[in-house]
Amino acid sequence: MNRVAITGVGLVSALGENVEKSWSNALAGRCCIDRLEDPGAPPYKFQYGAEAREYRAECHFSEKDLITLERFAQMQTVSGREAIAQSGIEFLDELQDRTAIVTGSSVGGQFSEEEGYRRLYRENNPRVAPLTIPRTMANAGASRLSLEFGIRGPTYTISTACSSSNHAIGQAFWMVRNGQVLAALAGGSEAVFAEGLLRAWEAMRVVSTEPCRPFSLDRRGLSLGEGAGMLVLEDWQHARARGARILGEIIGFGMSSDAHHLTQPAVQGPERAMRWALEDAGIGAAQVDYINAHGTGTPANDVMEAEAVHKVFRGDDKVPLVSSTKSMHGHTLGAAGAIEAVLTVLSLQHGVIPPTVNFTRPDPACDLDVVPNCARQADIEIAISNTFAFGGLNATLVFKRAG
Amino acid sequence: MPGNAETNDLGSHVIRVIAQTQRMPPNSISIDNTFDELKIDSLDGINIVFALENEFGINIPDESVQTMKSVRETVEGIQRLLAEKQSAAASPGAG
Repeated sequence: MNRVAITGVGLVSALGENVEKSWSNALAGRCCIDRLEDPGAPPYKFQYGAEAREYRAECHFSEKDLITLERFAQMQTVSGREAIAQSGIEFLDELQDRTAIVTGSSVGGQFSEEEGYRRLYRENNPRVAPLTIPRTMANAGASRLSLEFGIRGPTYTISTACSSSNHAIGQAFWMVRNGQVLAALAGGSEAVFAEGLLRAWEAMRVVSTEPCRPFSLDRRGLSLGEGAGMLVLEDWQHARARGARILGEIIGFGMSSDAHHLTQPAVQGPERAMRWALEDAGIGAAQVDYINAHGTGTPANDVMEAEAVHKVFRGDDKVPLVSSTKSMHGHTLGAAGAIEAVLTVLSLQHGVIPPTVNFTRPDPACDLDVVPNCARQADIEIAISNTFAFGGLNATLVFKRAG
Repeated sequence: MPGNAETNDLGSHVIRVIAQTQRMPPNSISIDNTFDELKIDSLDGINIVFALENEFGINIPDESVQTMKSVRETVEGIQRLLAEKQSAAASPGAG
């Protein structure tokens, strides 16, 4: 089996329009969940969200490009370009065929879809925009990157709600590890601030009326966010041979299904995903130093996740440090795993753990050190990142510091 | 008593909404049932609350939802919210 190096990362989120700005805000513990630009009419029951305000489409794309590219696909492309630029990888000759692109997205091009329905049902106009289909397809970002960089290997998109990106990165990791491809772009993207989708989340009653406070006793739900993350994964030898700078390594991936309930989480599913990820990595629980938690801030998720963590790490001297960066960039649904993977790689690289902000007081049912409110220097070598989706689908990635 | 009759009317009305939402025969639901007994879970609950809001033209806040663990508690909660709505409409500042 080949080792899998991470040679580039890209990020667009409420924290910033690129990796550097996002990381600096994450370390500063800045909550970028703010009042929604459009409060809705009548106003949404929740008025906070993590909008990627620095991101400007016109700075990255021509007007012609924007005809075919929805916001989520744009952000996926921009994060992909950043990751590729950092990696210095050039897709020439054989590498074009031996590179994969695997992305995650839960809802795809929601804006174009809603615009089509608006025309059809509100304006009684049956002439829906002709590019609605290619704009809304969840693989639009993956396909754009394939076209832009001439990448001709396995290219596809996974949609498993909030686990989409971890499933995508995990699949890409396995393809590189097994030698099916030499490199892969892996990540995910989501643009959630479309009226119909926000109304649907409102009706689910899981969105907090204030910025989310994961693991805090007074937490009242999640905060929605938008953004994209991308990693360049590369066969270790290939990366070394071309003199690439290796930022980190993916060493394991585990997934499971709760088979319990459509929306209520269960401890056993996440527990199994974490255990299988560690087994896939060939490491023991005691070797894990940091967990980038799913940590949505809903009463149910955080208690369940804390219990699952205690089950996996029980009997060890230490339960790893845990933080939920969603407290700063919101819950980006299908992009969550990708954005959090990038932040986890940076944590290992810099030896600093981004905090769980908005934390007021501990919940005895979530007995973890959640690195409250302030980033913490820590000598961390191995970290895991969890995502758990509606539908009971869990996916955990294991990362290792470069070296 | 008129109060009871009103409650009963409201009770059967709420039961009808629950039955319709859950695709259950109304006579399988009693005012004394808890939602656990009816195998109605939190996801079903979201659906029921949404239907009740539509039916009675009220907003059922999360705090009220948390007190509704049985059909009776739901009926009482709705009765309270309807009364609040009425008194808000009758108050001089309203409208």
